[in-house]
Amino acid sequence: MSAPLIAARDLTIRRGGHTILEHVDVEIAAGEIVTIVGPNGSGKSTFLKALIGALKPSSGSIERLPGLRIGYVPQKLAIDQSLPLTVRRFLGLPRRIGRREADALLARAGADHLADRQMVDLSGGQFQRVLLARALLETPQLLLLDEATQGLDQPGSAAFYRRIEEVRSELGCAVVMVSHDLHVVMAASDRVVCLNGHICCQGTPEIVADAPEYRALFGSGTKGTLALYRHEHSHDHDHDHGSDPHHHLAHEDHGG
Amino acid sequence: MSFLDDFLARAALAGLGVALAAAPLGCFVVWRRMAYFGEATAHAAVLGVAFALGLGFAVMPAVLIAALLMALLVTAMTGRGFAMDTALGVMSHTALAAGLVAVTLLADVRLDLMAYLFGDILAVTSGDLAVIWGGAALVLGLTLWRWPALLLSTLNPDLARASDIDPRREEMVLTLALAVVVAVAIKVVGVLLIASLLVIPPAAARPLSHTPEQMALTAAGLGACATLGGLWAAFSFDTPTGPSIVCTAALLFLLTTVLGQLRRNR
Repeated sequence: MSAPLIAARDLTIRRGGHTILEHVDVEIAAGEIVTIVGPNGSGKSTFLKALIGALKPSSGSIERLPGLRIGYVPQKLAIDQSLPLTVRRFLGLPRRIGRREADALLARAGADHLADRQMVDLSGGQFQRVLLARALLETPQLLLLDEATQGLDQPGSAAFYRRIEEVRSELGCAVVMVSHDLHVVMAASDRVVCLNGHICCQGTPEIVADAPEYRALFGSGTKGTLALYRHEHSHDHDHDHGSDPHHHLAHEDHGG
Repeated sequence: MSFLDDFLARAALAGLGVALAAAPLGCFVVWRRMAYFGEATAHAAVLGVAFALGLGFAVMPAVLIAALLMALLVTAMTGRGFAMDTALGVMSHTALAAGLVAVTLLADVRLDLMAYLFGDILAVTSGDLAVIWGGAALVLGLTLWRWPALLLSTLNPDLARASDIDPRREEMVLTLALAVVVAVAIKVVGVLLIASLLVIPPAAARPLSHTPEQMALTAAGLGACATLGGLWAAFSFDTPTGPSIVCTAALLFLLTTVLGQLRRNR
């Protein structure tokens, strides 16, 4: 198997005295779609920010293939009303692009005819498609999406994920996305990583969906609380992890 | 050099230099919501002036250093968990008050200080002109050179990092440029009104613009109009020049805002 595009090796990130991620090992291979799931505050966004280099690891490391081209779609992008910005100009940041190139990009992301609109006037779905178009600018080998369907309704997010799959088959890029839409995401992914400060479990969607750790985290209704409680005590804790109660060992692939 | 012998011509050139440098920089000040950052650096300049006059240093470098120190202190404070407006409020008023106190302790400089608080564009010398245009060229060059990176960092720091741009470095560039503009603009509009030249022309340009570049260019044009119009008004009505320039800029803001509203409602 060829070298992974990007890999987190024993990644630990602490901020302001809190441990957000601990001993995370993930490898992303070329062309695969990996989804990161996990409850709120489980460090999903932090993990993506570490991958793009916005956050420095407290220990461990991020290894990138030299010259790796990354496309990044952030969780939210608040544009100040005082900043006039057309969609076309936004796509040309930081590298200026021609009109034709911009239109081709927009078409690929399903955002044709938006080129001359102001960014602040776009609807949620249009905005996400424009963000995706910009992420595709340098024909990335790795596409990172942070809660890209936030604010979209069910059909809207389903359409968005279909588009991601199309983009993957056109460009052959690997996709790493963080999501809340568990059911939609599971179907579209090659591999799912369940994160809760550390890796709870990872594998194909079927394996993860059957894993007790996953069920414990996403148990439905009132049983969720109980399940989470059971989850905490059903694991052996074989190394020191300070005062963080939400700590479990990865159940497989730990150590990559 | 007969043209430059005319004090009005020198005043116009000085004002234009500051207006051109302040416009693109002011756009970032507006976009990043750091209007009071300009104010704080300007107030620090009072402290710089007080020390320069009292201890016999050159004013311009002292102001530059004071403004830079202020910018660095405020950045350090926000990095340590103070809200931006709190940090600015504390530092800005402290600097102004300390400057005024220092001036009183150092005798004989009270009269001079008035010129720095309100500016004295009509007293600009050829030497001042060289400094102002040198500083303006430096700031313009810096802003143009870093423009795409500055813009992306302003939009979203994470997007910038994903494109291998360090948003903190860009912030430092902005801070440095701001300090230079304050230092060179002090003679033109004075400490108390510098921030207005940074904020009002871009705010006036906003309703007329569709892209960031348009806004910066329009702001430069409006700033130049305000400078020349204000000079003319000051000369015609015998009013103080710095405040006249700012009032003209405010009138332009009113005009473009109404125009923008009309266009939107149509």
